[in-house]
Amino acid sequence: MSREGAEMNRQSSLSAEQLYPVKPSGEGRHRFACFAAVCVFFLIIAGGLVTSNDAGLAVPDWPLSYGKLMPPMIGGIFYEHGHRMVATFVGMLTVILALWTAAGEPRRWVRRLAWLNLTAVVAQGLLGGITVLYFLPPAVSMAHASLAQAFFCLTLTIAVVTGRKWIEAKPAASPATSSSVRSLSLWLVAAIYVQIILGAGNRHNAMGILPHIAGAVAVMVLVGLLVSRAAKQCPPELARHAHLLSMVALLQTILGIVTFFIKRAAVSAVQPLPDRIWSSTAHVALGALTLATALILALRIWRLGATDA
Amino acid sequence: MKYSIYAFLLAVALAIAACGGGKKESTETAAPAAEPAKPAAAPVDEANAATVTGKVSFTGSKPAPKKIRMDAEKYCTEQHGGQPVESDEVVVNDNGTLANVFVYVKDGLGDRTFPAPTTPVSLDQKGCLYTPHVLGVMTGQTVEVSNSDNTTHNIHPQPKNNQEWNVSQAPKMEKVSKTFARDELMIPVKCNVHPWMKSYIGVLKHPFYAVTGKDGSFTLKGLPPGDYTIAAWHEKYGTSEQKVTVAAKDSKAVDFSFKE
Repeated sequence: MSREGAEMNRQSSLSAEQLYPVKPSGEGRHRFACFAAVCVFFLIIAGGLVTSNDAGLAVPDWPLSYGKLMPPMIGGIFYEHGHRMVATFVGMLTVILALWTAAGEPRRWVRRLAWLNLTAVVAQGLLGGITVLYFLPPAVSMAHASLAQAFFCLTLTIAVVTGRKWIEAKPAASPATSSSVRSLSLWLVAAIYVQIILGAGNRHNAMGILPHIAGAVAVMVLVGLLVSRAAKQCPPELARHAHLLSMVALLQTILGIVTFFIKRAAVSAVQPLPDRIWSSTAHVALGALTLATALILALRIWRLGATDA
Repeated sequence: MKYSIYAFLLAVALAIAACGGGKKESTETAAPAAEPAKPAAAPVDEANAATVTGKVSFTGSKPAPKKIRMDAEKYCTEQHGGQPVESDEVVVNDNGTLANVFVYVKDGLGDRTFPAPTTPVSLDQKGCLYTPHVLGVMTGQTVEVSNSDNTTHNIHPQPKNNQEWNVSQAPKMEKVSKTFARDELMIPVKCNVHPWMKSYIGVLKHPFYAVTGKDGSFTLKGLPPGDYTIAAWHEKYGTSEQKVTVAAKDSKAVDFSFKE
């Protein structure tokens, strides 16, 4: 037996607590991270409503709103300032999470992840301010939308890796056999993220719709490949997770088609109409959920591994 | 850990710097470079000036007016008795003419220059609508924006050749006075608090423009004799042009027609 194989055997015989000693406060921190991730998701929805309601410049100043902490919450101000309020709350949660992780997390890479998460939310806040002060430059608006999804991924990852299932999982004895599913799962996360960027580009008038449509095709192909390989090479729970991802991705594609036609029909509307507002915002939200589902699947595949067919 | 903290502190420093960069209630982008001054042309001889009049008609079936939903703010709905409000996008008058058409001299004035009037042009926000829907102004002439409503609006022109700005205006707040340095047709103006509010501003270097009203007519007075291209712009139906030649003290009629 090789030295590497002997080490793998030794590690697989250790308990989770011996491998990754986690303090009793870890469970509370994990729940807090989950709560923060849910709040980030709602922040993405709040941001989507700002764009859908054409309210991005309803508050001309930043960081105050009409020179106050609390402006009149009317019309577009309700969406724009509401988005800022949720963002402030999420920012505070992220600070708490970073400090709590620094204090109680034994794994250095997780502590670094939490600080990176905090840096991301600060950068996101700055981008939000720049979009307002410089009248929504398409590239900046696109970056703001894209970084929001990356921030969501970071918060979600912290939530996943602080969970008991992650901590107690034992890595597969033969990781080499799962390399194709592992890399495919990562490629899929990357593809969905690029697809979200392309969607943001179209939504903020930085590019046409064709790249986003091409991206949707690419994502669905990758989803199909991952589902078929996961069914053969992964434990049943991961195969089911892959199947769930395919349902979410399909729903998102259908919603994207519906949104496209609603947007086209409303091109000469005198104001944002409810069906366009809600379909496009739902498309943004479901895009985030699709990315989240793929990310969690990829994390689980990397953690649990896969076996030969 | 150490580098992560440094990155965080750098981000905070950038945040403090960004906080000091914005203005409280209005923000403006840098203005495009001003055009070099042109030599003054001979003043217009008003005794021999010509006039072009006309009307803008609409052919075909009158389109159904689009309704505006003002339920985003109760105050706005109440200003109209709770009834739906019709959009000003297409206003076909009872006599079959089209209102809110911006008619102007596009070509023919040569290198003449005209001083900007000192009288400002008014744009009001009343009943959560911009009034007028279309207006004309000369380069350097003041546009004075007032808020007759008991609610907050923001005035956000979106020019391509001029300085963009976005100013909030609370109820009873003093008028907002702005100018546009370069000619531009047409600058859309919107209120992001009430997204149905739209107006259009035509900025020209000369005073020969008009906006059609309830009778669909226009008059361009004081034109020097010569050959002109007269253009008529509508926000939905685009631009139509006609050529006309006027002699001294002449009065010519030029009509335009738009259809769905």
